[in-house]
Amino acid sequence: MSNAKGRTLLLQGNESCAMGAIYAGCRFFGGYPITPSTEIAEHLARKLPIVGGAFIQMEDEIASISSIIGSSLTGTKAMTATSGPGFSLMQENLGLAAVLEAPIVIVNIMRSGASTGHPTGTGQGDLMQSRWGTHSDHPAVALAPATSQEMFDLTVKAFNIAEKLRVPVVLLPEAVVGHIREAVYIPAEGEMEVLDRARPEAYEDYRFFNRDESGVAHPPDLGTGFRPHYTGLTHDETGFFTGIPDKVNEFAVGLNSKIELNREFLTDYCEEAVEDADVVLVSFGVTSRACAHVARDLRGNGVKAGYFRPRIVWPFPDERLRQIARKAHTFIVPELNLGMMRGEVERIVGPGKRVVGINRVDGTMLTLERMQKEVQEVLN
Amino acid sequence: MTPVETFVKKYLRQRVLPTIWCGGCGLGTVMRVIIKAFDDLSIDQNKLVVVSGIGCSSRMVGYMDTNTVHTTHGRALPVATGIKLAHPELEVVVIMGDGDGTAIGGNHLIHASRRNINLNVFLLNNGNYGMTSGQVSPMTPHAWYASTSPFGNLEHAFHLCDMVKSAGATYIARTTSFHYMQAVRLAKEVLEHKGFAFLEFYFQCPTYFGRFNEMTDAPTMLDWFKKHAVRYNPENPRELEKGQFYVGKLWEDNTKDEYTDLYAKLCDRAKEMMQVAK
Repeated sequence: MSNAKGRTLLLQGNESCAMGAIYAGCRFFGGYPITPSTEIAEHLARKLPIVGGAFIQMEDEIASISSIIGSSLTGTKAMTATSGPGFSLMQENLGLAAVLEAPIVIVNIMRSGASTGHPTGTGQGDLMQSRWGTHSDHPAVALAPATSQEMFDLTVKAFNIAEKLRVPVVLLPEAVVGHIREAVYIPAEGEMEVLDRARPEAYEDYRFFNRDESGVAHPPDLGTGFRPHYTGLTHDETGFFTGIPDKVNEFAVGLNSKIELNREFLTDYCEEAVEDADVVLVSFGVTSRACAHVARDLRGNGVKAGYFRPRIVWPFPDERLRQIARKAHTFIVPELNLGMMRGEVERIVGPGKRVVGINRVDGTMLTLERMQKEVQEVLN
Repeated sequence: MTPVETFVKKYLRQRVLPTIWCGGCGLGTVMRVIIKAFDDLSIDQNKLVVVSGIGCSSRMVGYMDTNTVHTTHGRALPVATGIKLAHPELEVVVIMGDGDGTAIGGNHLIHASRRNINLNVFLLNNGNYGMTSGQVSPMTPHAWYASTSPFGNLEHAFHLCDMVKSAGATYIARTTSFHYMQAVRLAKEVLEHKGFAFLEFYFQCPTYFGRFNEMTDAPTMLDWFKKHAVRYNPENPRELEKGQFYVGKLWEDNTKDEYTDLYAKLCDRAKEMMQVAK
């Protein structure tokens, strides 16, 4: 980094995430201990009291997400951190946050396996849970950092998205990214953009949940004189329950429109040498770090290969991948689950393309050697 | 103090009335008790937040003209905890039913009590799940009837006030929808208490609870409350007979520091330590 105002520190991914949260203006953390996320809570338990924020350890993950929703409704930026089993418990009120249009950030450090699984192993098995974990249609945003640096940068970005679109945002690092120690550049105050929710000065006819042209509603913070009503029930623009089919439809379609209407803001990917590629490695999070090397090696051996990695995994960058698929004929999707993202890639590139997964679910990483070997088998 | 019509108009959102509650339901009385307490204490409705869960009782927040949050089933207390801790200057009231507060939200109830956070909790107990038409709840008395205990309830109800006392609540009272004057007095004590204050509020559900238990109208149920309520006197506690229960203030402890006060002190301490370290 050329800007000398910030500082570079050796940080664990989870510490970096916690520092990113403070930078983004997070002033409330409610959480419950769970490996491999706990260092985030520990860091914030020390830091939040000093910066005028609140830290509370709740009785379970259901209470944790509930507490941050409460904080967010008062206008205080809030976060929780957990891992698979805790994330499962949070699904109930992840839906509530979406429906209340409460900006919150949930960090889900992915461990390995279903149920209690392998707590200190790494995995990428929560990709679909972060999209479809809570019931019915709802706006879903998830970011997948691959480095300690991105644990900082994408945490700030997660807060910005949450505040601007008034949605719950999930940060989805693997256990390895949570625990890896790398150099992290911490920007100076003001160097990185920090967004705050819009706070209208007036509302017409109690229409607190009126949507603007970008599909976003801006209900007022509690205690600021407007006296809004927030409910998890389907509601009209006043915030009160409606069961009238047209109004219910307007609510459901309107709530979900936030994603499509803000596609550009919600598109964030890295790619290398994809323009003329025949073979593209598509991957997210930590797995993508090896993919970049594999793609470069293939180029060196005369294979037109590239790699593509969404940093925002939900919504998935469909359009860009579809463009790449005009030329590429083979997509290799390495991931630490049994093919969750491969399904997405198949859906987007369509029939007639070859989509092959490289999968590992033993709690360890896909090593460069193994990936090179398996990619070679695919291409032979 | 304002005239009746004025305080009702002041604290209710007239644009969303009438309520959804059944004829004979006690929740109208309960709501009146709570807003009367707000008015008697001149509580600023712009700085008041009322949080509820899911069920008949939890629908009450929609009618109150203040900041209101209708959360998910059982989750009113942890949401309220987040609100109070983020903004301790707000007056935070929690309204929940017996299914909401003692079954699905039971764990949150004991932990919020343990923290002694300054929440004003009204647990409205009609002894069954009214919204879903009369299933057995953790507060349905043993051997009584409900749609899912058609041969009599095998389980036993919680001794709820004892439970929150042992969990650490610092103000505990019980009343009923029959005891209007007492209820208003206790509701005010709840609001004035600094710490976790808990009022168990019995109210009649003739439509479901009553129908399954040979009390099919509101007067019969109110009469049942009247006959079985025993005023609690700590100097001279009376032995309770079968079916009887105490009403009145049951417990108050002003020796324990409130949670958000403790947190503010913790922040000061942490900042001082940082200064020393520098």
